Amino acid sequence: MIGKAKEPFQFYTRQNILYLLGKKAKNLNTLLTGIKEAPLSSIYHHTHHYLEQHEYLSPEPPNDFAYWVTNFLQNRALGEEIAGIDLRQYTSLKDIQLRLIEIIENWIRQDPESANRNVPQGGEFYFIAAQMFVFPTKYVAHNLLEFSQCLSSVSNHSIYFHMFEAPLFQKKSQFCYWIENEIGDKKLAAAFRNLDPYTLTLDNLKHNLIRLVKTRLETK
Amino acid sequence: MPTIYDYEPIVGKDVINELELLASKLTNVSVQHINSTSVGGGVAEILMRMVPLLKELGINTSWDVIKGGEKFFEVTKKMHNALHGQKVSFSQDEIDLFIQTNEMNSREMDLRGDIMFIHDPQPIGLVSKRELIGHKWIWRCHIDFSHPDPFTWDFLKKYIEKYDVSVFSAPAFARDLKIPQVLISPSIDPLSDKNKDLPKEVIDSVLDRFKIDKNRPIVTQISRFDYLKDPKGVIQVFQKVRKYIDCQLVLAGGGATDDPEGAKVFAEVQEIAANDPDIFLLLLPPGSDIEINALQRASSVVLQKSLREGFGLTVAEALWKSKPVIASAVGGIPLQIANKYSGLLTHTIEGTAFALKQLLQNPAYGLKLGANGKEHIRKNFLITRHLRDYMLLFLSLEHKGDDVVFL
Repeated sequence: MIGKAKEPFQFYTRQNILYLLGKKAKNLNTLLTGIKEAPLSSIYHHTHHYLEQHEYLSPEPPNDFAYWVTNFLQNRALGEEIAGIDLRQYTSLKDIQLRLIEIIENWIRQDPESANRNVPQGGEFYFIAAQMFVFPTKYVAHNLLEFSQCLSSVSNHSIYFHMFEAPLFQKKSQFCYWIENEIGDKKLAAAFRNLDPYTLTLDNLKHNLIRLVKTRLETK
Repeated sequence: MPTIYDYEPIVGKDVINELELLASKLTNVSVQHINSTSVGGGVAEILMRMVPLLKELGINTSWDVIKGGEKFFEVTKKMHNALHGQKVSFSQDEIDLFIQTNEMNSREMDLRGDIMFIHDPQPIGLVSKRELIGHKWIWRCHIDFSHPDPFTWDFLKKYIEKYDVSVFSAPAFARDLKIPQVLISPSIDPLSDKNKDLPKEVIDSVLDRFKIDKNRPIVTQISRFDYLKDPKGVIQVFQKVRKYIDCQLVLAGGGATDDPEGAKVFAEVQEIAANDPDIFLLLLPPGSDIEINALQRASSVVLQKSLREGFGLTVAEALWKSKPVIASAVGGIPLQIANKYSGLLTHTIEGTAFALKQLLQNPAYGLKLGANGKEHIRKNFLITRHLRDYMLLFLSLEHKGDDVVFL
């Protein structure tokens, strides 16, 4: 039997507009200063957009900072450490910002000479911030079957919002929150929570989510 | 002219649906684009495509052009060059003419849009009317702003800061401004002659016409004959690679006939090429879109070895055709190529030669880069993304300062 939700799930989608902040980094020191001074909307952009912009790539596209440190500063070890930040552990952008600062400051302490090594001209890092527009789609689910059907129809931007951005900006719009609190299915909610969305392409993530719901429906 | 639904098979139904959703939030605003010409040039080309599509989506959009005499456009041409970093000086008469022409246009034009969307420096002074008529004002800069001449920049800055928002094409163009600076990259139209699919016979006939051997690898750079595109450097790259791999080089572009410097560069390149039968220097007349499309599609590897670059849309054009691209990490190129994922970014002649050898000898690697590159362009650099960004820009005027806006 398919359980009906107390409250239906509204699928949202979102689009971002990008603002140039007029600040750039040409070495590790200026990157650190930039990260310290950046608004959280900039930390959000540089740690999250890469996955969406390069969603066809598999596996693991890193965040912007890791990509720049690896490919432009040619500091592979530090780039790897920054790419390895487990963004799922963080529920606030401030904490992500502090972790970035901590990693870079540690590196500079150990290797002070690397801090002022400049990238070639044209390879500077430009700080950008995102303004996010979230709007409801026509897709609304009252039970898990409808939820699975909606998942198949919504855009990757919608999946992206509910999986990556809702934990930071609107917790009640997380898939797992609704499944646990409105459907009352703790097991499926846990399966959703245990997926690491940062290691999948968006298409794969969508397929995995649909598969989890379908499997659950078959066992009910 | 294609309709918005002609793009659905290319970008997906969900993308078109979301464009419609965004447009539905903008049915009560009118947008008036103003630039300096209705034909020729990149801005007119973009507006010719964008305006009908915005209208089709239900946004009340119009497009007007300022008037100006020959002398005015000579001044704005100088301004354009100065913004590209050339050392240029202006007489007081020239400055006065610029101001007077803008004032005359602001008196005579019907500035009616709820959103006034002004393109490039020529009509920038229309904003002086703002105090009288109100409205929201956007200034869209389509040109390379990375090294502007300080005098010209200071002169324009006074106008720019009267706008609500400015728009630039690449992060490197961001300036120190009191108003927000939005990043909106240009785009390519996958249904245009330059980018649409071509039958093999058309590609072969173009190669035959230029006497290019279709059975040997072709390395191509499409660009004006301009020092900043480094055509001489491209020939050096080719000469280094050809010692090991039998291949041909095509350098193709226009702009030399009406550009004295272009003619000089072309002559110098001809001298370096020294009648090498495997180097093809092609001066293409305006409107050679099918030829450019065919040359890109016939290429094994595409180069864009620019020393400076505005955005470098030729990179997007080549990637859209699934070609492996080696390009300099300048201007907007790093936005289009993630190094080793969707192409190769280089900085030197030696590095470019090494990358070229690598791709010519490992076609499978090139195929992977080209496939990733095409997807990257599909998601980020097609006209549908450009439409989306413009609509978000219009919405942002009502939501200044909010990081997250729930509509």
